[in-house]
Amino acid sequence: MEQTIQGRVFQFGDNVNSDVIIPGRWLIYIDAERLSQHAFEVLGEGYPDKLRSFDILVAGRNFGCGSAREQAVTAIAGLGIKAVVACSFARTFYRNAINGGMPIIECPELYPAVSEGDTIQIDLAAGNILHNAREYRFPQMPDSIRELLEQGGLAAYLKAQIEKQGSG
Amino acid sequence: MTIAQKILAAKSGRRSVEPGEIVDAYPDLVMSHTATWRSVAVMKRVGATKLYDPERLAIVLDHVAPAKSEKNAADHQVCRNFAREYGVRKFYDVDAGIAHLVLMEHGHVAPGDLIVGTDSHCTIYGSLGALGSGIGYTEVTSVWITGKLWMKVPESFRITLDGGFAAGVYAKDLMLDLIGTLGADGCGYKSVEFCGTAIPAMSISERMTMANLAMEMGVKCVFVPPDEKTEEYLRGRLEKPERYRPVLADPDAVYEKSIAVDLSKLEPMVACPHEVENTKPVREVVGTRIDQAFLGSCANAKYEDMVVVSKILKGRRVHPNVRLIITPGSKEILLEATKSGVLQTLLESGGLLTNPGCGACAGDGGVLADGEVCLSTANRNFLGRMGSNKAEIYLSSPATLAASAIQGVISDPREFVAE
Repeated sequence: MEQTIQGRVFQFGDNVNSDVIIPGRWLIYIDAERLSQHAFEVLGEGYPDKLRSFDILVAGRNFGCGSAREQAVTAIAGLGIKAVVACSFARTFYRNAINGGMPIIECPELYPAVSEGDTIQIDLAAGNILHNAREYRFPQMPDSIRELLEQGGLAAYLKAQIEKQGSG
Repeated sequence: MTIAQKILAAKSGRRSVEPGEIVDAYPDLVMSHTATWRSVAVMKRVGATKLYDPERLAIVLDHVAPAKSEKNAADHQVCRNFAREYGVRKFYDVDAGIAHLVLMEHGHVAPGDLIVGTDSHCTIYGSLGALGSGIGYTEVTSVWITGKLWMKVPESFRITLDGGFAAGVYAKDLMLDLIGTLGADGCGYKSVEFCGTAIPAMSISERMTMANLAMEMGVKCVFVPPDEKTEEYLRGRLEKPERYRPVLADPDAVYEKSIAVDLSKLEPMVACPHEVENTKPVREVVGTRIDQAFLGSCANAKYEDMVVVSKILKGRRVHPNVRLIITPGSKEILLEATKSGVLQTLLESGGLLTNPGCGACAGDGGVLADGEVCLSTANRNFLGRMGSNKAEIYLSSPATLAASAIQGVISDPREFVAE
């Protein structure tokens, strides 16, 4: 996983739930491309396609609340989104994002400062976000969780572990 | 220590743990519902061929059941074949009902257990004193293979309940009131313990509603401390009676926040579209037209809920402009309602019966058209959840649902419930 993520921001409000991110009727799929075609579609005209020209989602409180559906993360990744920065995350989305290899950052200070279309730069190793020449710091994740993210998520981690056992 | 601390310590082989610590915990049970096929796909992808312990798996086909398409049918087939191949004994097919209720009814949930599963409403196991928490399907695969997962020990909130409900007010109203006050993330990442003088009088069914709805204020897990009622419910259900070992908080357990509620002050509540935290007293929305009434979901489709609705409907008719969809939570509930005559009353009053399972709660059958309004006893009213994104979902107690189904508009159940 890249340690530096730079790109254009799309902004959401508080309590964006996982039914809105990917409606239940599309959970028959697990691949990112197909899921992304229906991501946020309940929000109406223009969705999800208008999100494809953005790189980073910035949201308010409790992003990803509701259903524990892992496809919420997969669908966002399928749109080409490389990271989500929020004031806070719902715990199931938070876990699923780590397990899906999607960088997620809690940074409540950034939210009021940023506007749709702004460019920000996230440095995961340094623990900061640059926006309009201002630096926003965020706390580092525990080592074990960073390791999961760096390997590209839980499935990749498990695969590596199993291959290691097989050859050992 | 709090209940969450004690359970996470026990499941990670520690004498004590502190909030904020990350532990490797070994769950007693891993529940997966219809999502099981996805976990099987991950298992293949990572090249795993062995389970840590097939006795710790439980699989229940409850979402989109029975199959609605060839794709669903193929997915269900993957689940059945997997259960057979790996000797998963706790396998329940499409006839059984909603996973959470089925697992509790069949004695697979005991106080002090740690249970994770592919559903956010795993919190419901806290109604019996178990720590239940939702995870994704890839993580389920990981627990299948390794037997463990990392968990952060949560801070705990204590909610003290005193007094008794007025007639026409139920656990659902309590929870909608709490969610409205505290917000969708009001208990985010926290373990919530209910306590107080009102608890002993609360039925297991009402406790299930509380632990289920607590998810909608962001909890990681929630507990109603086990008591005589819990023991009575589990007697004859647990495979091994010695599994009944209540875990209670120490008197000096530390709570980050304490909240007190006087149940006698509560009134019937609804959650208005499109968020559960958007709650109002029923009296403020009385007269809102409804097209569909849904008695279903893991929140409020238990036998006791069906009894409440049948008592109100007895001798009355569902309004001609309303379709009342009744989806019992489980086969056990349906059987009980059949034997007692409750089902007959519901059907004679104009209700439509579907098979036990998740049903319309997540848009499987009972789908809403543009502009339609549904009043539902479920736990979520999110935009587009039951079909059209131009439809509206209100959430209420079964009693409010019954009163409203009769009148064709959202109605106060207290007019129908005797003191």
